[in-house]
Amino acid sequence: MGKTYAELLEDVKGSVKTVSLEECKRRLEAGEDYTFVDVREKDETRAGYIPGAVMLPRGFLEMQAEQKLPDKKANIIVYCAGGVRSAFAAQALQDLGYARVESANPGYVRWKDMRYPMETPPDLSPAQLDRYARHIMLPEVGEAGQEKLLKSKVLLLGAGGLGSPSSLYLAAAGIGTLGLIDADVVDASNLQRQILHGTSTVGVPKVESGKQRLKDLNPDIEVISFEERLTSDNVDRVFDMGWDVVVDGLDNFPTRYLVNDASIWKNIPVVHGSIFRFDGQVTTFVPKDGPCYRCLYPEPPPAHLAPSCAEAGVLGVLPGIIGTIQATEAVKLILGQGEPLKGRLLMYDSLQMTFRQLKLRRDPECPVCGEKPTITEYIDYEGFCSR
Amino acid sequence: MAITVRIPTPLRTLTEGKDEVEAKGSNIREIIDDLEGNYPGLKERLCDDKGVRRFVNIYQNEEDIRFLDSLDTAVKDGDSISIVPAIAGG
Repeated sequence: MGKTYAELLEDVKGSVKTVSLEECKRRLEAGEDYTFVDVREKDETRAGYIPGAVMLPRGFLEMQAEQKLPDKKANIIVYCAGGVRSAFAAQALQDLGYARVESANPGYVRWKDMRYPMETPPDLSPAQLDRYARHIMLPEVGEAGQEKLLKSKVLLLGAGGLGSPSSLYLAAAGIGTLGLIDADVVDASNLQRQILHGTSTVGVPKVESGKQRLKDLNPDIEVISFEERLTSDNVDRVFDMGWDVVVDGLDNFPTRYLVNDASIWKNIPVVHGSIFRFDGQVTTFVPKDGPCYRCLYPEPPPAHLAPSCAEAGVLGVLPGIIGTIQATEAVKLILGQGEPLKGRLLMYDSLQMTFRQLKLRRDPECPVCGEKPTITEYIDYEGFCSR
Repeated sequence: MAITVRIPTPLRTLTEGKDEVEAKGSNIREIIDDLEGNYPGLKERLCDDKGVRRFVNIYQNEEDIRFLDSLDTAVKDGDSISIVPAIAGG
């Protein structure tokens, strides 16, 4: 003869340690080392949960516990709405070998009535939950990370070879605001590599063609276009819009130095990518925390030693690789995940199919970010490599 | 002593298209002079009268020689020297 529900509950309550909400609040506010585990269903946690709680719905508890709670010796407080599901969940965790489990009593309904600290989940619409589902299921992104992406602003310099793949992937990732600056119009000869544009937009300004394509890929985002060349005259106006990250896919030295100097003074990280024929270089410059472009190359080469892409040619796929790495770096910076390419120059050789890394160091004598800067205002270098 | 020097794409016109060449010398300065003997014009692309040009970096293995002993950086058998020029294409 099986047990009745009442008997089963009685048994479970007898074998699980309970903890009062007052004590839970005290531990939370004292910053003591406890992991709160919310075993309610998703539609319940949507209205709020205890700050920092791990979401582990009762139905998935046994399946997901070891993934979400790797330390079986951790101090765990399980809670639900009223204390029943949490008691069963605490029992299940004990059965799985978790040594220090308590069940909060009663639960979140009372917690909320007491106006104890709570957190609400990111406010993503059902359409967003669907569109970004493959991001959200990554623990390193989750709904909170996706919300960060949606609230972030990334400025893309150049809507050409590098800017094409990076803007497409950043738009797809749901970067809420993308800035696109480029003064050119789409030319048929661009289409060998600039996949942001198409045959139907030949003759159209690149920022306009790009905006159309990005909005089609993801109508969720805003695209701000600047149909102009970046110069010392407009760099302040373009940069002072609260960008979280700048992705540099420019095609010439003078502007790259301008971007570097501005980003140091305005404290904006720059994901740098550059290509030449079959080779690419990528690195991430984080102002004052890592080297800058001038630590790496203090001055641009003179025009006669700097052949342009137009003269030199470039393998069409190459910017696809480098621009995509740039987009990856931008997303990582916004999420605060992983190791950025700070202080590392990633060199790609498409013919040999090799990736190599070189160490970059901050130069204490750097003319911009060093101890005694000698460059304190924008420099307009002699223009070259214009198409 | 034979040292391997990696030649970047922009300079391969001077090395008959080779992406890696051998050079002899006990420090970077000697290596560059040896390269110049075999591939005339290369030195001018790497150095000016003050030393290594400011838009080119030379690496001994994974380290920038500017943070070692610059042109006097000693090299040994088996070292790999890389020339890393600034490139700007996008």
